[in-house]
Parts: sequence; structure tokens; C-alpha cells
Amino acid sequence: MSRLRAIRRVMGPPVGAVLLALIVASVILFVSGANPFVAFGNVIEYGTRLETLVESFNRATPLYLSGIAFAIAMRMNLFQIGVEGQYILAAFVAAYVGAGVGSLFPPLHVLIILVVAMLVGAAWAGLAGWMKVTRNVHEVISTIMLNAIAVGGVVSFLLGRWSIETASLDTRLGDIATTGWFPSLNPILELVTREIKRVELTGFILVAAVVGIGYHLLVNRTRLGFDLRATGTNPFAAEASGVPPKRTIVLAMLISGAVAGLVGMADLLGDQHFYSLRFPQGLGFAGIAVALLGRNHAVGAAIAAIAFGWLERASGILEVRGDAPREIVTIMVGVIILFAVIAYALAQRRGRIEAAAAAAAQVTEASGPDTEEADT
Amino acid sequence: MTVAVHLEGITKRFPGVVANDRVNLTVESGEIHAICGENGAGKSTLMKIIYGMQPPDEGRIEIFEEERHFSSPKEAIDAGIGMVHQHFMLADNLTVLENVILGAEPSKGSLIDFATARTRLRELGDAYGLDLDLNDTVETLEVGERQRIEIIKILYRGARILILDEPTAVLVPQEVEELFRNMRELKAEGHTIIFIDHKLDEVLEIADTITVLRHGRSVATVDPADVTAQDLAELMVGSELPTPGARVLTVTDQSVIEVRDISATDEVGAPRLRHVDFSLHSGEIVGIAGVEGNGQAELVEAILGIAPLTSGSIHMHGEDVTEWSVRQRREAGLGYIPEDRHRRGLLLPAPVWENSILGHQTRKPFYRSGLWIDEQASRDHAESVVGRFDVRTPGVTTPIHALSGGNQQKLIVGREMATRCNPLIAAHPTRGIDVGSQAAIWEELRRARGEGLGVLLISADLEELIGLSDTLLVMLRGEIVARLDPAEVSPRELGAYMTGVAA
Repeated sequence: MSRLRAIRRVMGPPVGAVLLALIVASVILFVSGANPFVAFGNVIEYGTRLETLVESFNRATPLYLSGIAFAIAMRMNLFQIGVEGQYILAAFVAAYVGAGVGSLFPPLHVLIILVVAMLVGAAWAGLAGWMKVTRNVHEVISTIMLNAIAVGGVVSFLLGRWSIETASLDTRLGDIATTGWFPSLNPILELVTREIKRVELTGFILVAAVVGIGYHLLVNRTRLGFDLRATGTNPFAAEASGVPPKRTIVLAMLISGAVAGLVGMADLLGDQHFYSLRFPQGLGFAGIAVALLGRNHAVGAAIAAIAFGWLERASGILEVRGDAPREIVTIMVGVIILFAVIAYALAQRRGRIEAAAAAAAQVTEASGPDTEEADT
Repeated sequence: MTVAVHLEGITKRFPGVVANDRVNLTVESGEIHAICGENGAGKSTLMKIIYGMQPPDEGRIEIFEEERHFSSPKEAIDAGIGMVHQHFMLADNLTVLENVILGAEPSKGSLIDFATARTRLRELGDAYGLDLDLNDTVETLEVGERQRIEIIKILYRGARILILDEPTAVLVPQEVEELFRNMRELKAEGHTIIFIDHKLDEVLEIADTITVLRHGRSVATVDPADVTAQDLAELMVGSELPTPGARVLTVTDQSVIEVRDISATDEVGAPRLRHVDFSLHSGEIVGIAGVEGNGQAELVEAILGIAPLTSGSIHMHGEDVTEWSVRQRREAGLGYIPEDRHRRGLLLPAPVWENSILGHQTRKPFYRSGLWIDEQASRDHAESVVGRFDVRTPGVTTPIHALSGGNQQKLIVGREMATRCNPLIAAHPTRGIDVGSQAAIWEELRRARGEGLGVLLISADLEELIGLSDTLLVMLRGEIVARLDPAEVSPRELGAYMTGVAA
């Protein structure tokens, strides 16, 4: 029974938030003249096609990495909203280096690109960490500024300079040789499904999985993770316990930035193979929503990333069929997040009350089952 | 002469403590009345009751000879009572004028009538010699000036009775003189002032009447002309000290901490520790007595390694640790029971088992080879602490905020004792917990001392200090002013050193 309740407490808020968002979206669809049932029927039909699912996972992969990057810093109460600037700068530099080295032994080529991206991401985030510990600049301020400098400044300026001549007159860097491409998982997936047309499942999904497992182990099983969480819950107690506050802040920002550096790699290595003006933007901010809905939990964030990825891809059909503008999805995502935040706050308070009641029962030596029944 | 404040049989209980126990107090109108007493004597609680912040459980309050029952400070203000808290309640980014009228703005239609406010404040300032530039932003002002704003604030709201909670604690000597001058002016204009202070020389200088509280009771009301500072000190501490229990001397000659001539300052450079020098041996408990705020907290932070020293050195087990980080010191065995368990001692939302290794997360067995925390060993450890120290909890995965304060404290004490720390800094180790648990913690400390633990004990509880300590040091204004034998010290002597009246 208490196990069931635990599941309900963890799963209740996000599921409830999604259901409420569906209702809100239905109302909006209805008001704008579309039949919500037809529209959602179309979305589900289109969304369950193999190609759409593959695209959803391709989208979920960078969203997940971005969410994890945000969550690492969040576990120690650092509101790191600089993932956006970190991943774009990292992808840009990595694309430049990756194209510049020509052809190499494939794993080495990929490895070089990934390492460069992680180093650039870590350095950019580390800068914010360094400003916080030496000059007491709040990380929200510094990361916002660093985002603007990275995207609007460094990348725009250098992209113009380093752009190559192409027939399509694109502003873009050179191509990364095929030795620096990340393999697609289509051949493996097709062993169990039919042939997949037009799209390729990114192999980078495996990297995201490894990062997720690594994140979980780091935060929950290691000494550094203990220090990180201790600082996040109570910096004063953490300091007295021997956690070096400044070093931990910088370290958390470096790790977060390194993961942020990987966000753009699924697109760069698995899809586009060069950096251009059309390189996906906004993944950094979308990651905040992923971490929020997933409660900074490795599995939770994965579910959130897949849900958001699917919503985004599957909703494309709304516009094609003329049911509704796809902005309806933006509204839904916003509503999901809003309701999730409220529901989590409520669940947390309820959890506290239950725990306090259980502890009180222990002290007065009251019988256990009574308190279990007390809450329904 | 009328009576401004008359209290009869005021009793206030909090869970586990009686803060005020049948307190009687009579304050004549137009006098300066000082309330003296040690920390925890119930002074602040009593003031809060007069000001309507807390209702008394029992007793009668008369203001200007009329019985009153205040349910909020608002009602007390309407009755002509104002209070200046020890921690000022000012908005730093507003001007003096804005701060004073905040919440009581004179209005002209829907606009604030600044002109009227300005005129009134000028009049008030002139009348009482409270000199302030109304356009200054509060953040640019000195502490003494901020205090003056607080006083004007309550005068502006029509206070006839002013309550000042330890007004001199935050001031430098010149500012104290200025404050006393203001207080005399206010008195000359017919105001009544009640103020808390435990610096006895100041009290004797300014007060017309002095009431001493001890353990929540009003023990005496005296005329300053009839008493000496020594008499007051004795009244505060009590005429009898607890007798230390039969002691087995376990002190060895092996030093575990040596504090050599250390000094430290706060962020703005004001001295907090001055040439503190002592050593603590294996098997010894050194007690630090003193009125709170005289450098005890800074001494703890210096030994722990959180606050930097300006001079001197600290040695642990014979090694110079002055440059060591907190973590290095804790790994070398330094244990710590913090004064404020919620601030320094616990991760409130985290489970009991994580809290049971906090501060020891880099020590074996909680830390396995490599980078890993050993969760199983940590949980076993938590189970044993919970069992041995009688921590009442549903389990070791329960978040610690669900436990009562006493059980949280037992977990902290247990975790430091069970991890075999040496030396141990114990700041108020039994504060706010029930008598039974207190006795159990004292017994643990004695037993561990017998096994060679060196304890630096900071406490406001004289029974605890005298009952446990082998050596008693008294701190005053950041200095160690006396080194006493707890078996022979007299209350008069201890009180005199604590309040600074002994030479």
C-alpha cells in the first residue's frame, strides 16, 4: 500500500499535468473552430508512425542532454541557464575543428570533435562559475550575458569570417569528413521493424543514455555527488562538513558545461555534418523544461524529453491537415510545465506532512498501520 | 507618579522550557528601567509579551494603570508602546524619511504627503536631539544612525513607552554615549524607556531602576545607587552554582588542540578574537563560559577552519593545521556539534542516513575506495547511531526534517561520537532538548572523555559547564579573561568575569 502511494506521489503530478494540458488544448482547439477529437486523432495516428517515432527520439536526444546539463547544476542550487550559449558555441568550435582536421581514423575523428565540444562547453560554463566564486556574480546574470556573447557575438562574428563559398549561398562552415560522422541506428532498429524511410535514428541516443547513467551515479553514489547535493540543500551545513564551497561550485559548472557541449552533437555528427545559420537553437532553454518536469531525475528527465520530443514532432500533422496551428503544442508544453510545478509543490507538502506524522507516531509509540490509514 | 507598565505573574511556556515564570515588573512613568539577565533568562520573551508579539500563558498586564490584552504589536503601538529590535528592520534602499513613514504614510488623496511627513520628522528630530538627514539612503548609514531611525520610527507612531532590546550590543563606545544622551532627552520629555542590557557598567550609568531576571524569574528590582556591579553579577548568575559531580581526572598531557595566540576580525575589520591562547588535552573537557556574542562563535569557526585568522596558529594532534581546509581538519578527526543544528548541522530534506554521515562523507567506512559513497555501510552506521542514542525515527530513510528537534540533536551528537572524533567542538550540545536526553548526552561525553576524547565545550548552561568541564575559560569581547577551576569558582567571581566587572 505504501509502495502504491509512493508511485502515486512520483507519477501523479506529471501525469495529472499532461491530462490538464490536454483539456486546455482541447478547449483552445474547440474555440478556434477545430474538432479536438479529430485533431488529436490525427496527431496520434501520425505520431505512432515509425518515422515520426524515430524523429521524436532524435529530438529527445539533445533535449535530454540539455536537461541533464541543467539538472547537474540545479542539484546544487545553481540556476545554470547558460546551456544555450554553451552548446551553440561548443557545436560551432567543434564543427570548425572537425572540418579542419580533414579525414581521420573514424572513432578518433568523432572523439576529437566530442572532446572539443565538451571542453568548450565546460570552459564557457566554468567562466560563469569562476565569476561567481571570485566576484560573486550571480550565475543567472552571468550565464544570460554569456549566452548573448556566445550566440550573438562570437558565433555570428566568426561564422561570417569562416564561412565557405557554396552554391546555395549559405552562411556555413565546411563539411566534416565522413570519418567524423556518428553512425545511424537504423540497421539495428530495422532488425525488429520494417524498413525506415527518409529518417535515421541517431546513434547519439546511446551517448545520451550513458550520460544519463553517469549523471545518476555521480549525483547519488559518489562523494562529489554527496557534496553537490549537500551544498544544494544547505550550503552552511555543507561547508561545516568540509565541502569546499568554491571548488564545488566551479566543478559543478564545469561538469554541467561539458554535458551542455554534447547537446548539439546529435545534430552535428548524426544529421547536418556542418555548422550553419540553420543550426538548431533553443535546445538549451527547452532543457530547463525537461529537467523541471523530470524533477532533475535521470529517468524522469528521459521520460520528459521523449514526451516533449514526441509532442513537437507529432504535432506537425496539425498544420499539414489544416486542423490547427502547431503553436497549440507550445501552449500545451507551457501548460504542462506550469501544472507540473504546482502539482509538485503540492505533492511535496503532502509528503512532508506524511513523514512528520509517521515520525510523530514513532515517538508516541502509536501503532504503524493507523497512520497509514489516516491518509486517504 | 503614574505607573507606565505593570506586570503581575507573567508566565510563558514553550515546549520543554518555561521562558517566563511568574514575572513581576513595575516601570514608573518617565524612568529608564534596565532589564538584566544572562542569555536565556527570559528577557526578550518578556519584552515580546509587553509588545504584543506573544500572548502570556498566565498573568496580568497593565499599561498606564489599565489592564490590556494585546493580540498583536499593532494594538501595543496604539496603546503607546514601541519596540526597537536588536536586528533592525529597515529597508536598505529607501531613504530615512521613507523608512520612518513606511506603513504609516500620511496621505493627500492617493498620494503620499511627503511635505507633512518631513515637517513632523524635523520636529521630532529637533525635540529629542535625534540628528539625521532625512534624504540619506539607509544603506549608507552607520549602525548608530540606523538605530536612531528605529527610535524615530516608533516616536513617529506615537510611542510613549520605548522598549530597546540590547541597544548597545551593536554599538561602538562613542555611539553608546550618543544613545545615552538621546535616552536622557527622551526621558526629560516624559517618555518611559525599558531596555535590555547585560553590560553592567552601562546599566549602572544610565538606569533609574534595574530588574534582574534569572531562569525566567524576576529575582530582584534594585536602585543602581545601592548596588555595585559585583552585586548585580551575583544576582544574574545566582548565589549557588551547581556542584560538579565526583570526577575522575582523565586529563592526559597529550595535546589534541593547541590554539596559539589567535586573532580574527569580521568582514569589516572589527576585531572578533583577540589573542586567544589555550590548549585542550586528550581526556579533557575545556568549557568556555561567557555571555553570548563575545567571540565564542568566532572561536568555533576559527578552529573549524571556516573563518580566516589574522594572526596566530592552530595545532591539532601536534600538527600545524592553520592553513588546512575544513575537510582536511575533519578528516584528521575534528568533530563538531553546531550551535544551530538547522543551519550548520543538518540537510533537512535529506534522509537520516545521509545526515548520519554528514561531515564524515570522506572517511571510511562511508567512503569506499575510489569515488564512491558506501550506502550500505552508511545505513548500518545510521542504524547503530539511532539505536545507541535513542533517536526516535520511523527509519533511516525518513527525511530528517520529520524528526523532532531533540531527536535531530541526538542524531548529531551520536554521529560525532560514533565516528570516534577527537577533538570534539561541542557548541551548546544539549540546547533545546529534554532532561532525559540531556543527561544521556552528558553521560556519553563523560564516557568518551574517559576514553581519551578532548572536548571544547561552549555553553550558556552553567550547570552543564561546571558539571562537565575540567577547566573553565571565560570569554569577554573576544578575549579569554579568566581561567578558572570549576570546582572552586564562586558565582560572584564567574558573573564578574562574564560581565566584565572583574579586573
